[in-house]
Amino acid sequence: MARPKVAFFDFSCCEGCQLQIANFGEPLLDILKLIEVVEFREVMSEKYAGTLDVAIIEGSINTTHAIERIKGIRDRSKVLIAMGSCATIGGVNGIKNAFPLNDIAEYVYGGDSEYFESIQTMSVHQVVKVDYFVHGCPIYPPEFVAVLKAVLMAVPYDVPDYPVCVECKLNGNVCMYDRGVTCLGPVTRAGCNAWCIGNGNICYGCRGMVSNPNEKGSIDVIRRYGLSMEHIINKLEMYNKCRELNPHG
Amino acid sequence: MGENIKINIQHLTRVEGHGNIVVDLKDGTLKTCNLEIVEAPRFFEGMLRGRSIFEAQHITSRICGICACGHTLASIQAAEDALGITPSPQTIKLRKLLLHMEILDSHILHIYLLAVPDLLGVKSFMPLIDTHNAVVRRALRLKKACNDVCNILVGRHVHPIRATIGGFTKLPTDYDLDLMLKQLTDLHEDLDETIELISTLEFPQFQRESEFVALVSDNGEYPLLSGNIGSTNGVRMNKSDYKKITNEYIVPHSSAKFTRLSQDSYAVGALARLNLNCGKLNPKAKETAEKLNLANGSNNPFLNTVAQAVECVHCLNDGIKIIEELKATGIDYKEEILVGANETSTITVKSGKGVGAVEVPRGVLFHAYETDETGRILNADIIVPTGQNLANIEADMRALIPTIRHKSEEEITLALEMLVRAYDPCISCSAHFLDVKFVNRRR
Ligand code: SF4
Ligand code: SF4
Ligand code: SF4
Repeated sequence: MARPKVAFFDFSCCEGCQLQIANFGEPLLDILKLIEVVEFREVMSEKYAGTLDVAIIEGSINTTHAIERIKGIRDRSKVLIAMGSCATIGGVNGIKNAFPLNDIAEYVYGGDSEYFESIQTMSVHQVVKVDYFVHGCPIYPPEFVAVLKAVLMAVPYDVPDYPVCVECKLNGNVCMYDRGVTCLGPVTRAGCNAWCIGNGNICYGCRGMVSNPNEKGSIDVIRRYGLSMEHIINKLEMYNKCRELNPHG
Repeated sequence: MGENIKINIQHLTRVEGHGNIVVDLKDGTLKTCNLEIVEAPRFFEGMLRGRSIFEAQHITSRICGICACGHTLASIQAAEDALGITPSPQTIKLRKLLLHMEILDSHILHIYLLAVPDLLGVKSFMPLIDTHNAVVRRALRLKKACNDVCNILVGRHVHPIRATIGGFTKLPTDYDLDLMLKQLTDLHEDLDETIELISTLEFPQFQRESEFVALVSDNGEYPLLSGNIGSTNGVRMNKSDYKKITNEYIVPHSSAKFTRLSQDSYAVGALARLNLNCGKLNPKAKETAEKLNLANGSNNPFLNTVAQAVECVHCLNDGIKIIEELKATGIDYKEEILVGANETSTITVKSGKGVGAVEVPRGVLFHAYETDETGRILNADIIVPTGQNLANIEADMRALIPTIRHKSEEEITLALEMLVRAYDPCISCSAHFLDVKFVNRRR
């Protein structure tokens, strides 16, 4: 059987998710035996215009040109994977949506802001259909491998829809709330093995919110620790601001 | 090709981010010679306004995946400067180790995946998997080892988790130190072979007098994490005066802001650092610089890749030295920092201004913040290395084209691409305030 043709495309992002893949080391060569990478601008000069079996999209959509480009890629791709929070939920790029667009452009460009076109940041699925999601900022490599396997076997991949706390407790971490600080684990979807808490930090919500966040419970906790709701919403907006463009996303 | 050359390279490949090269030579005169930056706007400085100073590191790390640790370190330095915090000697050591790992990691990526294919005459590393399998494996091994050390030190390299204002949220155990030491000592052989490979490659011959800018210091250490700003034209300033160095200005064909100092442009990066501080490299790296004919510096921008190789040797050996010192003194775990969404409860905030200046893989990086008394960011300014190099790259292109204009279109294109790639430009990061609408775009 011919190896599936795979291409990587980057939109507005830091390109850190592709680097996570480059960091696989020598096992990367085994992955490359299973797929045929036909386009990957960051590391290849080769280009490909034909039909793709798999398109892997990194980054969020925030220009009209990007909207056209992603639609074109969707049209010629059998399977489309959104990779990383920028692509799956808008990620940090969404913070910009908290500001009026001309205000933020003017702050950065001063009087020259009229040169620069910008629209609100959107995640990929807010523009085209996405078949597989690999959440995280950056992606968690074991999950990427799991998704790639699912794609190659043509079976669905179910993103965990329970909170980071579940993985965190399984790992035996001392809860940050017990250490006196607030953590977004209770409302954030798992799948990263509670990466940040395992490293002594809190969860910042980078994988997006669980579909049914126990908002009441979180508010109780927040009150108990005397934090303002504004503070928590502000924190959540670090990754999840784009959600309000499409609340079911 | 002669008197009339028209080149339009859209979406330059094998650089980070998106850039175009546009050259128009008409009747022997250079009409246009532009490096256009076409990255979508991300507005990082604008997005930081109103956010807590404690979030600045977390957010600005996401400017660039390759320089995530560099942005982290510059951001933390600026924030600590604004808050009046002095990091402990242990924290400084660990930060230096982190910076070494990032420079090593990034240089390896550039040398093997982005620059070597041109020099071996192939389009990417993909064909090298068959023709130069051992070389590809070596590159992936080196890359992975740097990444593994960062995983141990800060949780992950792409967007470090443990490095924060005040220090680290978790400190390496004795076992971690041993593991990192082993990872690094195991790299000597691969790195020696890398230097061998570099010594066999032929780089284009081209010279142009540039002004080089990098951190400088009065002590014997090769300055990466701290120092004043210096230039080969004799400029020397405190980091708080960074604006006098960078003098940003906007050009219509690219809204990544351009910079100039004593001349119309200046260069930052590995070659600039070597030109200013070569004498301070550790002995093994100095030896390498001599072997690769860089001990007296160079005006050939193509040799930035060679300078990176020299720095790899420096970072590996100095990294090993730091771990050995930490092993000898032992780690003080009382220094671990507790952070949370209500982080302001543990570290006192005040209004202030601060600047961070750190040598990251592609050159000196500046972060500057101003905060109010509750620790909210009022203003943020970030000046990345690639932005500082853009004007110099264009000046190099202008000087290079007349010397190669008799060559074929393919050869000229390749030479220009190689020149741009030699600077290792990170366009996604210079594009933290970029346009997508072209004012002077040529189709
Ligand atoms: S999700 Fe995060 S790591 Fe991935 S590209 Fe976006 S900013 Fe970078
Ligand atoms: S530390 Fe965070 S993720 Fe872990 S259990 Fe507590 S709230 Fe949940
Ligand atoms: S712990 Fe939270 S912030 Fe950290 S990787 Fe997991 S989801 Fe993202």
